[in-house]
Amino acid sequence: MEAETMSMIAAAAAIAIGAIAPALAIGMIGAKGVEAIGRNPEAAGKVSGPMILAIAFAEAIAIYALVIALIIKFV
Amino acid sequence: MEISLAAEKIAHIGSFPITNSMVTSWIATVILAVLAFFSTRKMKTIPSGIQNVFETIVEMLLNMVNSVMNDMKATKKYFPLLATIFLFIITNNWLGLIPGVGSIGLHEVHHGKEVFVPIFRAGNADLNTTLALAIIAVIAIQIFGILAIGFWKYAGKFINFKSPILFFVGILELISELSRIVSFSFRLFGNVFAGEVLLVVITMLLPYVGPIPFYGLEIFVGFIQALVFTMLALVFIKMAITDHEHEGEAHNT
Repeated sequence: MEAETMSMIAAAAAIAIGAIAPALAIGMIGAKGVEAIGRNPEAAGKVSGPMILAIAFAEAIAIYALVIALIIKFV
Repeated sequence: MEISLAAEKIAHIGSFPITNSMVTSWIATVILAVLAFFSTRKMKTIPSGIQNVFETIVEMLLNMVNSVMNDMKATKKYFPLLATIFLFIITNNWLGLIPGVGSIGLHEVHHGKEVFVPIFRAGNADLNTTLALAIIAVIAIQIFGILAIGFWKYAGKFINFKSPILFFVGILELISELSRIVSFSFRLFGNVFAGEVLLVVITMLLPYVGPIPFYGLEIFVGFIQALVFTMLALVFIKMAITDHEHEGEAHNT
Protein backbone atom coordinates (compact mmCIF):
# COMPACT_ATOMS: atom_id res chain seq x y z
CA MET A 1 0.00 0.00 0.00
CA GLU A 2 1.33 3.44 -0.84
CA ALA A 3 1.83 6.16 1.69
CA GLU A 4 -1.15 8.20 0.51
CA THR A 5 -3.59 5.32 0.97
CA MET A 6 -2.19 4.64 4.42
CA SER A 7 -2.53 8.28 5.42
CA MET A 8 -6.20 8.34 4.33
CA ILE A 9 -6.91 5.19 6.36
CA ALA A 10 -4.97 6.63 9.32
CA ALA A 11 -6.99 9.86 9.31
CA ALA A 12 -10.28 7.97 9.18
CA ALA A 13 -9.22 5.49 11.87
CA ALA A 14 -7.95 8.26 14.17
CA ILE A 15 -11.33 9.94 14.46
CA ALA A 16 -13.41 6.75 14.23
CA ILE A 17 -11.66 4.97 17.09
CA GLY A 18 -11.01 8.16 19.03
CA ALA A 19 -14.71 9.02 19.18
CA ILE A 20 -15.91 5.72 20.66
CA ALA A 21 -14.92 6.36 24.26
CA PRO A 22 -16.07 10.02 24.43
CA ALA A 23 -19.43 9.05 22.92
CA LEU A 24 -19.91 6.37 25.60
CA ALA A 25 -18.75 8.79 28.29
CA ILE A 26 -21.17 11.54 27.25
CA GLY A 27 -23.98 9.01 27.08
CA MET A 28 -23.28 7.80 30.62
CA ILE A 29 -22.95 11.34 31.99
CA GLY A 30 -26.21 12.35 30.34
CA ALA A 31 -27.99 9.22 31.61
CA LYS A 32 -26.88 9.78 35.20
CA GLY A 33 -27.68 13.48 35.00
CA VAL A 34 -31.17 12.94 33.63
CA GLU A 35 -31.79 10.22 36.22
CA ALA A 36 -30.76 12.62 38.99
CA ILE A 37 -33.13 15.28 37.63
CA GLY A 38 -35.94 12.72 37.37
CA ARG A 39 -35.42 11.71 40.98
CA ASN A 40 -35.42 15.31 42.21
CA PRO A 41 -36.92 17.74 39.66
CA GLU A 42 -36.25 20.77 41.87
CA ALA A 43 -32.50 20.20 41.64
CA ALA A 44 -32.54 20.45 37.83
CA GLY A 45 -30.61 23.75 37.84
CA LYS A 46 -27.99 22.46 40.30
CA VAL A 47 -27.47 19.19 38.40
CA SER A 48 -27.35 20.58 34.87
CA GLY A 49 -24.42 22.95 35.63
CA PRO A 50 -21.81 20.32 36.54
CA MET A 51 -23.32 17.96 33.96
CA ILE A 52 -22.63 20.36 31.09
CA LEU A 53 -19.11 20.86 32.44
CA ALA A 54 -18.45 17.11 32.58
CA ILE A 55 -19.83 16.69 29.04
CA ALA A 56 -17.45 19.40 27.82
CA PHE A 57 -14.48 17.62 29.42
CA ALA A 58 -15.45 14.33 27.74
CA GLU A 59 -16.07 15.99 24.38
CA ALA A 60 -12.62 17.60 24.48
CA ILE A 61 -11.04 14.14 24.10
CA ALA A 62 -13.03 13.55 20.91
CA ILE A 63 -11.88 16.94 19.68
CA TYR A 64 -8.22 15.97 20.30
CA ALA A 65 -8.75 12.89 18.09
CA LEU A 66 -10.43 15.05 15.44
CA VAL A 67 -7.52 17.51 15.41
CA ILE A 68 -5.05 14.65 14.88
CA ALA A 69 -7.17 13.33 12.01
CA LEU A 70 -7.29 16.82 10.44
CA ILE A 71 -3.53 17.24 10.84
CA ILE A 72 -2.91 13.89 9.15
CA LYS A 73 -5.21 14.82 6.28
CA PHE A 74 -4.25 18.42 5.64
CA VAL A 75 -0.65 18.84 6.76
CA MET B 1 -12.57 22.64 -2.00
CA GLU B 2 -9.62 23.97 -0.10
CA ILE B 3 -9.28 23.67 3.63
CA SER B 4 -6.24 25.01 5.40
CA LEU B 5 -5.46 24.08 8.98
CA ALA B 6 -3.37 27.18 9.52
CA ALA B 7 -4.83 30.64 9.06
CA GLU B 8 -3.64 32.19 5.81
CA LYS B 9 -1.60 35.38 5.83
CA ILE B 10 -3.15 38.17 3.80
CA ALA B 11 -1.00 41.21 4.55
CA HIS B 12 2.13 42.36 6.29
CA ILE B 13 2.86 45.29 8.57
CA GLY B 14 6.59 45.62 8.18
CA SER B 15 7.68 42.05 8.82
CA PHE B 16 4.67 41.14 11.04
CA PRO B 17 2.18 38.95 9.14
CA ILE B 18 -1.55 39.59 9.42
CA THR B 19 -3.74 36.51 9.09
CA ASN B 20 -7.40 36.46 8.08
CA SER B 21 -8.57 35.22 11.48
CA MET B 22 -6.69 38.12 13.09
CA VAL B 23 -8.77 40.51 10.96
CA THR B 24 -12.00 38.86 12.10
CA SER B 25 -10.88 39.06 15.74
CA TRP B 26 -10.24 42.78 15.30
CA ILE B 27 -13.73 43.23 13.84
CA ALA B 28 -15.18 41.35 16.84
CA THR B 29 -13.25 43.62 19.23
CA VAL B 30 -14.47 46.74 17.42
CA ILE B 31 -18.06 45.49 17.53
CA LEU B 32 -17.86 44.86 21.28
CA ALA B 33 -16.21 48.24 21.91
CA VAL B 34 -18.81 50.11 19.86
CA LEU B 35 -21.70 48.31 21.59
CA ALA B 36 -20.15 49.05 24.99
CA PHE B 37 -19.73 52.72 24.10
CA PHE B 38 -23.31 53.14 22.93
CA SER B 39 -24.87 51.30 25.84
CA THR B 40 -23.05 53.26 28.53
CA ARG B 41 -23.56 56.71 27.02
CA LYS B 42 -26.10 58.80 29.00
CA MET B 43 -26.77 55.97 31.46
CA LYS B 44 -30.12 56.14 33.26
CA THR B 45 -31.09 54.48 36.54
CA ILE B 46 -34.11 52.90 34.86
CA PRO B 47 -32.56 51.55 31.68
CA SER B 48 -34.17 51.45 28.28
CA GLY B 49 -33.08 50.53 24.81
CA ILE B 50 -29.59 49.20 24.30
CA GLN B 51 -28.55 49.82 27.91
CA ASN B 52 -31.36 47.48 28.95
CA VAL B 53 -30.19 44.71 26.63
CA PHE B 54 -26.67 44.80 27.98
CA GLU B 55 -27.77 45.09 31.59
CA THR B 56 -29.72 41.86 31.03
CA ILE B 57 -26.67 40.14 29.55
CA VAL B 58 -24.36 41.36 32.31
CA GLU B 59 -26.87 40.33 34.99
CA MET B 60 -27.19 36.81 33.55
CA LEU B 61 -23.39 36.43 33.47
CA LEU B 62 -23.10 37.82 37.00
CA ASN B 63 -25.62 35.28 38.31
CA MET B 64 -23.83 32.47 36.52
CA VAL B 65 -20.48 33.44 38.04
CA ASN B 66 -22.06 33.93 41.46
CA SER B 67 -23.70 30.49 41.38
CA VAL B 68 -20.23 28.92 41.41
CA MET B 69 -18.38 31.42 43.60
CA ASN B 70 -21.12 31.78 46.25
CA ASP B 71 -19.49 35.04 47.36
CA MET B 72 -20.54 38.36 45.82
CA LYS B 73 -17.24 40.07 46.70
CA ALA B 74 -15.19 37.40 44.94
CA THR B 75 -17.62 37.41 42.02
CA LYS B 76 -17.17 41.14 41.48
CA LYS B 77 -13.39 40.73 41.59
CA TYR B 78 -13.14 38.05 38.92
CA PHE B 79 -16.19 38.95 36.84
CA PRO B 80 -14.55 41.36 34.33
CA LEU B 81 -12.05 38.82 32.97
CA LEU B 82 -14.58 35.97 32.78
CA ALA B 83 -17.30 38.09 31.16
CA THR B 84 -14.81 39.46 28.63
CA ILE B 85 -13.66 35.96 27.73
CA PHE B 86 -17.28 34.88 27.25
CA LEU B 87 -18.32 37.87 25.13
CA PHE B 88 -15.15 37.78 23.02
CA ILE B 89 -15.41 34.06 22.25
CA ILE B 90 -19.13 34.16 21.47
CA THR B 91 -18.78 37.22 19.22
CA ASN B 92 -15.86 35.63 17.39
CA ASN B 93 -17.70 32.33 16.91
CA TRP B 94 -20.92 33.90 15.65
CA LEU B 95 -19.02 36.32 13.42
CA GLY B 96 -17.48 33.31 11.68
CA LEU B 97 -20.94 32.20 10.52
CA ILE B 98 -21.87 35.41 8.69
CA PRO B 99 -22.00 34.95 4.89
CA GLY B 100 -18.85 36.35 3.40
CA VAL B 101 -16.53 34.92 6.03
CA GLY B 102 -14.55 32.24 4.27
CA SER B 103 -16.03 32.95 0.84
CA ILE B 104 -14.79 36.46 -0.01
CA GLY B 105 -11.13 36.28 -0.91
CA LEU B 106 -8.30 36.57 -3.35
CA HIS B 107 -6.85 34.10 -5.80
CA GLU B 108 -3.14 33.88 -5.19
CA VAL B 109 -0.36 31.69 -6.53
CA HIS B 110 1.55 29.75 -3.87
CA HIS B 111 4.40 27.45 -4.90
CA GLY B 112 3.16 27.45 -8.47
CA LYS B 113 -0.38 26.36 -7.54
CA GLU B 114 -3.34 28.68 -7.60
CA VAL B 115 -5.02 28.80 -4.19
CA PHE B 116 -7.99 30.71 -2.85
CA VAL B 117 -7.19 32.82 0.19
CA PRO B 118 -10.26 34.11 2.09
CA ILE B 119 -9.98 37.58 3.61
CA PHE B 120 -12.05 36.64 6.67
CA ARG B 121 -11.99 33.48 8.75
CA ALA B 122 -13.54 32.64 12.10
CA GLY B 123 -11.32 34.14 14.79
CA ASN B 124 -11.11 30.97 16.87
CA ALA B 125 -10.38 28.75 13.85
CA ASP B 126 -6.76 29.78 14.31
CA LEU B 127 -4.84 27.88 16.98
CA ASN B 128 -2.92 31.07 17.82
CA THR B 129 -6.04 32.88 19.04
CA THR B 130 -7.24 30.00 21.21
CA LEU B 131 -3.73 29.39 22.55
CA ALA B 132 -3.52 33.07 23.52
CA LEU B 133 -6.87 32.88 25.33
CA ALA B 134 -5.80 29.66 27.08
CA ILE B 135 -2.48 31.13 28.24
CA ILE B 136 -4.22 34.28 29.50
CA ALA B 137 -6.77 32.18 31.39
CA VAL B 138 -4.22 29.85 33.00
CA ILE B 139 -1.83 32.66 33.99
CA ALA B 140 -4.77 34.65 35.37
CA ILE B 141 -5.80 31.60 37.45
CA GLN B 142 -2.31 31.42 38.96
CA ILE B 143 -2.19 35.16 39.67
CA PHE B 144 -5.67 35.16 41.26
CA GLY B 145 -4.67 32.20 43.43
CA ILE B 146 -1.47 33.90 44.59
CA LEU B 147 -3.28 37.19 45.27
CA ALA B 148 -6.03 35.46 47.21
CA ILE B 149 -4.15 33.10 49.52
CA GLY B 150 -0.54 34.27 49.35
CA PHE B 151 2.44 32.97 47.40
CA TRP B 152 3.72 30.33 49.87
CA LYS B 153 0.31 28.79 50.54
CA TYR B 154 -0.40 28.66 46.81
CA ALA B 155 3.01 27.16 45.99
CA GLY B 156 2.39 24.71 48.83
CA LYS B 157 -0.39 23.15 46.76
CA PHE B 158 2.14 22.01 44.19
CA ILE B 159 5.39 21.59 46.11
CA ASN B 160 4.56 19.67 49.23
CA PHE B 161 7.25 17.91 51.27
CA LYS B 162 5.00 16.57 54.03
CA SER B 163 5.01 13.01 52.66
CA PRO B 164 6.08 11.17 49.49
CA ILE B 165 2.49 10.64 48.35
CA LEU B 166 1.61 14.31 48.75
CA PHE B 167 4.79 15.19 46.87
CA PHE B 168 3.65 13.15 43.86
CA VAL B 169 0.14 14.56 44.08
CA GLY B 170 1.69 18.02 43.94
CA ILE B 171 3.71 17.15 40.85
CA LEU B 172 0.58 15.75 39.21
CA GLU B 173 -1.29 18.96 40.04
CA LEU B 174 1.49 20.98 38.40
CA ILE B 175 1.35 18.85 35.25
CA SER B 176 -2.44 19.10 35.15
CA GLU B 177 -2.20 22.91 35.33
CA LEU B 178 0.03 22.91 32.27
CA SER B 179 -2.19 20.44 30.44
CA ARG B 180 -5.08 22.89 30.94
CA ILE B 181 -3.43 25.21 28.43
CA VAL B 182 -3.50 22.41 25.85
CA SER B 183 -7.04 21.33 26.65
CA PHE B 184 -8.48 24.89 26.67
CA SER B 185 -6.90 25.81 23.35
CA PHE B 186 -7.58 22.56 21.51
CA ARG B 187 -11.18 22.27 22.71
CA LEU B 188 -12.07 25.71 21.36
CA PHE B 189 -9.96 25.41 18.20
CA GLY B 190 -11.19 21.89 17.41
CA ASN B 191 -14.86 22.78 17.81
CA VAL B 192 -14.73 25.95 15.70
CA PHE B 193 -12.41 24.59 12.99
CA ALA B 194 -14.35 21.33 12.71
CA GLY B 195 -17.55 23.37 12.38
CA GLU B 196 -16.01 25.35 9.53
CA VAL B 197 -14.85 22.20 7.73
CA LEU B 198 -18.28 20.63 8.24
CA LEU B 199 -20.04 23.63 6.69
CA VAL B 200 -17.66 23.67 3.71
CA VAL B 201 -18.12 19.95 3.06
CA ILE B 202 -21.92 20.01 3.42
CA THR B 203 -22.13 23.07 1.17
CA MET B 204 -20.14 21.19 -1.43
CA LEU B 205 -22.37 18.11 -1.20
CA LEU B 206 -25.79 19.79 -1.05
CA PRO B 207 -25.62 23.51 -1.81
CA TYR B 208 -28.08 26.10 -0.41
CA VAL B 209 -30.30 23.59 1.40
CA GLY B 210 -27.92 21.21 3.12
CA PRO B 211 -26.11 23.58 5.45
CA ILE B 212 -29.29 24.99 7.06
CA PRO B 213 -29.49 22.59 10.06
CA PHE B 214 -25.71 22.70 10.37
CA TYR B 215 -25.74 26.49 10.71
CA GLY B 216 -28.18 25.97 13.57
CA LEU B 217 -25.76 23.48 15.11
CA GLU B 218 -22.86 25.91 14.67
CA ILE B 219 -24.73 28.76 16.37
CA PHE B 220 -25.42 26.44 19.30
CA VAL B 221 -21.83 25.13 19.39
CA GLY B 222 -20.45 28.68 19.30
CA PHE B 223 -22.52 29.58 22.36
CA ILE B 224 -21.71 26.34 24.22
CA GLN B 225 -17.95 26.64 23.63
CA ALA B 226 -17.92 30.19 24.97
CA LEU B 227 -19.93 29.01 27.99
CA VAL B 228 -17.68 25.99 28.60
CA PHE B 229 -14.46 28.04 28.38
CA THR B 230 -15.85 30.58 30.84
CA MET B 231 -17.29 27.97 33.23
CA LEU B 232 -14.04 25.98 33.27
CA ALA B 233 -11.96 29.11 33.92
CA LEU B 234 -14.45 30.03 36.65
CA VAL B 235 -14.26 26.62 38.34
CA PHE B 236 -10.45 26.62 38.20
CA ILE B 237 -10.33 30.13 39.70
CA LYS B 238 -12.65 28.96 42.48
CA MET B 239 -10.32 25.99 43.14
CA ALA B 240 -7.24 28.21 43.03
CA ILE B 241 -8.51 30.74 45.57
CA THR B 242 -9.68 28.06 48.00
CA ASP B 243 -7.37 27.45 50.92
CA HIS B 244 -6.59 23.75 51.46
CA GLU B 245 -7.69 23.88 55.10
CA HIS B 246 -11.04 25.37 54.11
CA GLU B 247 -11.42 22.96 51.19
CA GLY B 248 -13.13 20.45 53.45
CA GLU B 249 -15.87 22.96 54.26
CA ALA B 250 -16.24 23.94 50.62
CA HIS B 251 -16.74 20.32 49.61
CA ASN B 252 -19.34 19.70 52.28
CA THR B 253 -21.58 22.69 51.49
